[in-house]
Amino acid sequence: MSIILDENTPVIVQGVTGRIATFHTNDMAEYGTNVVGGVTPGKGGTTHCGVDVFDTMKQAVSATEATASIVFVPPPFAADAIMEAADAGIEHCVCITEGIPVQDMIRVKRYLRRYQHAKRMCLIGPNCAGVISPGKSMLGIMPSHIYERGPVGIVSRSGTLGYEAASQLKAEGIGVSTSVGIGGDPINGSSFLDHLKRFENDNETEAVVMIGEIGGLQEAQAAAYARDHMHKPVVGYIAGLTAPKGRTMGHAGAIVSTVGESAAEKVQIMRECGVTIVKLPSDFGAVVPKVLRR
Amino acid sequence: MEIHEYQAKAILADYGVAIPEGGLAYSPEQAAYRASEIGGEQWVVKAQIHSGARGKAGGIKLCSHEREVAEAADDLLGKRLVTQQTGERGKGVYRLYVEAAVAAESEIYLGFVLDRSAERLMVVASVAGGTDIEEIVAQDPGSIVRVNVEPAVGLQAFEAREIAFAVALDPSLVPSAVQLMTACHRMILDLDATMLEINPLAVTTDGRLLALDAKMIFDDNALFRHQNVSELRDKSQEDPRERTAVDRGLSYVGLDGNIGCIINGAGLAMATMDMIKHAGGEPANFLDIGGGASPERVLKAFRLVLSDDSVEAVLVNIFAGINRCDWVAEGVVQALRQLEVPVPVVVRLSGTNVDEGRQILADADVGVITADSLAEAGSRAVESIGRAA
Repeated sequence: MSIILDENTPVIVQGVTGRIATFHTNDMAEYGTNVVGGVTPGKGGTTHCGVDVFDTMKQAVSATEATASIVFVPPPFAADAIMEAADAGIEHCVCITEGIPVQDMIRVKRYLRRYQHAKRMCLIGPNCAGVISPGKSMLGIMPSHIYERGPVGIVSRSGTLGYEAASQLKAEGIGVSTSVGIGGDPINGSSFLDHLKRFENDNETEAVVMIGEIGGLQEAQAAAYARDHMHKPVVGYIAGLTAPKGRTMGHAGAIVSTVGESAAEKVQIMRECGVTIVKLPSDFGAVVPKVLRR
Repeated sequence: MEIHEYQAKAILADYGVAIPEGGLAYSPEQAAYRASEIGGEQWVVKAQIHSGARGKAGGIKLCSHEREVAEAADDLLGKRLVTQQTGERGKGVYRLYVEAAVAAESEIYLGFVLDRSAERLMVVASVAGGTDIEEIVAQDPGSIVRVNVEPAVGLQAFEAREIAFAVALDPSLVPSAVQLMTACHRMILDLDATMLEINPLAVTTDGRLLALDAKMIFDDNALFRHQNVSELRDKSQEDPRERTAVDRGLSYVGLDGNIGCIINGAGLAMATMDMIKHAGGEPANFLDIGGGASPERVLKAFRLVLSDDSVEAVLVNIFAGINRCDWVAEGVVQALRQLEVPVPVVVRLSGTNVDEGRQILADADVGVITADSLAEAGSRAVESIGRAA
């Protein structure tokens, strides 16, 4: 298995006719992703990238039985697109868009809660690289050739650091079950904790690499879960040891504003919870094999 | 985006929040004239800079005569004010706000902030107003009241009432406190503010609630729908390098070291800074060139990084997904040919089109130091310092 998606998962691309969406739709299809349709309001009835385009998500889902979607819609309209996906019954939605207003995300998160937990859409992102289950399917914008299929789950805020980890593992001959980018925004869809739970229950995953950064408290919550409920080893890295307090480092969410949000504090908490710490971002390849051998 | 106190107060006044009478001044003469317009016997002259803790830094002066107002204005205008929050360069004072001094019986802290964990707005209040919230947290944490606002319905009157009673307001003032908090909440929703702080909110000796200071931060990502808020931007308060970066679509934060960084992705940028530090160096900046960077954007990034005189080496670290190594390589080549680059340049490329990118660098023979891994990138950048370009 793997988490979130495999080669059969039917996928709709939201905003499919855009320039960037077009490039990545072709890239995903080439990788083996089961892209079954696209949505651009007003362009229903046409075809694009070899799939049917629909006006609404409801039409797309009823025609294709898609269970996953990926959002390439520009920031002013992206929150709307996410809610439309939830309402159409999508199970997993990846939002690539960067720059969604915070209040829109507050609204999105509140909206998702109108569905019972079992039926609630899992949002991945926004402002993320997406999800890849190597050798099966890709729902994202990552360079697919750096991923090898294997036993390590990756969950990362940063897209590029997730790439860095995967390529270091590949150089050691170690593959990845699924890699999830949860995104760099202050309010995001799913958290480290949500995906640690999935990896713990996935029979293909033997260890998890968790890559966090300054800002927020999600890494600490996830570390506590790893300590209390996980049987699989977790390896962790936090970016931003040298970041000054009170400054936003690129990602809207990467800012140290209260107690527990700095890299040093997070590393300390994770270590206390039994997470194996990767001190340097160049050491994923050295640390993960040791954990796997245990 | 931050705005000035006087701008924040004008917005609050629009929403019906009472503020002291005041006016803006750009010169000592104007300041004195404003004081005469306002009338009364005491005024405060307040430096308008994007920073808190202005009082302790000498940016707020109480005056009892129009002549004193002019002198205070003369002293403040053109000065660079260094507060606990500005860093050592401080911020330039180019505008003053002259306000009627208010006799306050008590002072309350009232804030609206984003609570990331709850994924909602949170109202924060305390009876210990007039001091920084950080100090209140440290010294009197029990005085702090916190209420999360349910986004589906917004701040309710009973919640505002609970806060008002919790900060020990006189029952006669509670209705106006409820109105004030509801107005603040409406403002935040209307204008996409991510932070509002009224500190202090004064209870005057004649029994009114008056916002004596106001700080607002707006969501940069939502400015597209608020032209009127964008107009309040004051570029004089921004770091010139960071201002240039924003205008060029780059994300830049100036730091104190000597290794200039050009990186894609915020996480990798922070991680690379950590690598540099580990290798014994200090990063001069955080710079994320973003996704889909064209050669031109890379060239602009070089210009920006090299505009910092303390830069003694440049490290380009790219792990391309949505980016393309060949475009980045072309940008590096253009930069080295078109700009005067007096320092060594270390380049590490990985990911999409990496072979094409490396080939471009090799063919151009522009004398860059290449690195294959993140570890090599960090150590080579540190080692390269002092070597001829």
